[in-house]
Amino acid sequence: MKKFSIILLVLLVSIVSAFVGLDKGKLFKTTDTAGLQLPQGFSASIFYDNLGRARHLSVAPNGEVFVKLSRLKDGKGIYKLTDANHDGVAETAVGFGNYTGTGIIVTANELFASSDQAVFKYAINNNVVDTANTVTLVKGLWNKRQHESKSLTLDGKGNIYVTIGAPSNMCQVEDRKKGSPGQMPCPILDSAGGVWQFKTDKLNQSYGEGIRYATGLRNVVGLDWNTEVNDLFVMQHGRDMLFQFYPEMFTQKEGAENPAEEMFRLPKGADAGWPYCYFDNDKKQKLLNPEYGGDRAKVGDCASKTQSVIQFPGHMAPNGLVFYTGNQFPKKYKNGAFIAFHGSWNRAPEPQEGYFVVFVPFRNGKPDGKWEIFADGFAGPNKATGRVDYRPCGLAQGPDGALYVSDDSKGRIWKITYNN
Amino acid sequence: MKSIKKIVLSAVLLATSISKMYAQPALAAAKVRGQIVFTTYCMPCHQADGNGVQNLNPPLVKTTYVLGEKKQLIEIILNGLNKEIVINGETYNGVMASHDYLTNQEIADVLTYVRNSFGNKASMVTPQDVKLARVALKK
Repeated sequence: MKKFSIILLVLLVSIVSAFVGLDKGKLFKTTDTAGLQLPQGFSASIFYDNLGRARHLSVAPNGEVFVKLSRLKDGKGIYKLTDANHDGVAETAVGFGNYTGTGIIVTANELFASSDQAVFKYAINNNVVDTANTVTLVKGLWNKRQHESKSLTLDGKGNIYVTIGAPSNMCQVEDRKKGSPGQMPCPILDSAGGVWQFKTDKLNQSYGEGIRYATGLRNVVGLDWNTEVNDLFVMQHGRDMLFQFYPEMFTQKEGAENPAEEMFRLPKGADAGWPYCYFDNDKKQKLLNPEYGGDRAKVGDCASKTQSVIQFPGHMAPNGLVFYTGNQFPKKYKNGAFIAFHGSWNRAPEPQEGYFVVFVPFRNGKPDGKWEIFADGFAGPNKATGRVDYRPCGLAQGPDGALYVSDDSKGRIWKITYNN
Repeated sequence: MKSIKKIVLSAVLLATSISKMYAQPALAAAKVRGQIVFTTYCMPCHQADGNGVQNLNPPLVKTTYVLGEKKQLIEIILNGLNKEIVINGETYNGVMASHDYLTNQEIADVLTYVRNSFGNKASMVTPQDVKLARVALKK
């Protein structure tokens, strides 16, 4: 009986190896990318699954992954994922924090996480997050249920940057109402529509203690501090409804492609121009918005505003930005930008777009070449209608140089690695 | 007596079938007009299949908002809707602007279209219904 078992086992192993040998390329390609389409040499694993609304994520120097949820899962809004055996799949998930939100940043000593109106801080001692002692770093930020996410990044010099999206499409007298004029000046910009800077070591800050670091930004969800050139970079979500409000200026297709989704490099005091200006992808120029007298030709004051460093097709909703500083990926990726596009809805009835991770090569803090799709396949078969499987939202780099992607539709986390 | 009852009954039956005969083309015509209004003003947010957008724009498919009381539905068109609503356990936060600039006929048509599309089936909304709602809201 024993002998028979051994024979059977040997037979089984040889059959399996023959199969793998025959079909090696195909088999490995499909299984090793976890359903994603990636450039040659990259692979992916499903690091964790079913976290629900997994917004942003951040990886600690010890490799633990922290994910912020915009809907509580089992009463918790933050999850720590640990892959102790380093097989690319987390074995344990521990939840803490009873609030929902988007932003999360972890360093060796501290963890910062946001709700839609506040930023909280936790100490980390010997790799253990002190979840019992949450302190409020920033409070009382506008949460008017539109563009409400508060995303976070650090500059390594004692400052934290918090995005406050404008609770508005175009700062019209009546938001999103066709024909309603734009307010001049836009009063929203005093409290939202920008990035605010706060101190990482001062508790209970609010607008009075913070600095409006940059303004004229409609809604920023993805942002990162570029350590190569020491500057803040953000991805803006462009305005909605150009075709619906101005069919005499925009065709349906032009309304789907406009305005650009833009990346800005923001020195302190920058003004990116919202709500007065938009970037027209057809005219390749920053122009005056129609609510403020624009006609697709007038530039107005828009020439004097901070210009974007790169533009993308409209409505794809860039929700995650990370500059790659690792050494695992090939050289061309070093210091370049990865952008997670959450995917569009304001293109209907044109096919929806986005739902992928883009790469932009950079040199000295400037885009150096065309953008390309780096990771695709999140949407599944129904991308055109927007009934998609997964929506990329957050990006983070691990200490080993791997790239993590979060999805806020079902809560899947991918780990993308390069294996030559 | 019996014959009177019979006459009344057949008159009612006749009236019903006549109104049905007229109602069907009226519904079809309202849906055709309503679809044009829907495509222009509603589809960008609620999408072509009426299923809306996750977290933002609520679905119009078999919800009590759409199939329930007409007055409430008309009021949403006239006033817009700027509050979090929950449908089938999902929350929606998208801001809907007032569409009071649409005519009574356009609002009646688009609501009739929505109430009889995407698998929905409910009574027509008439311009008179919209007119009464406007009077009540003074819009």
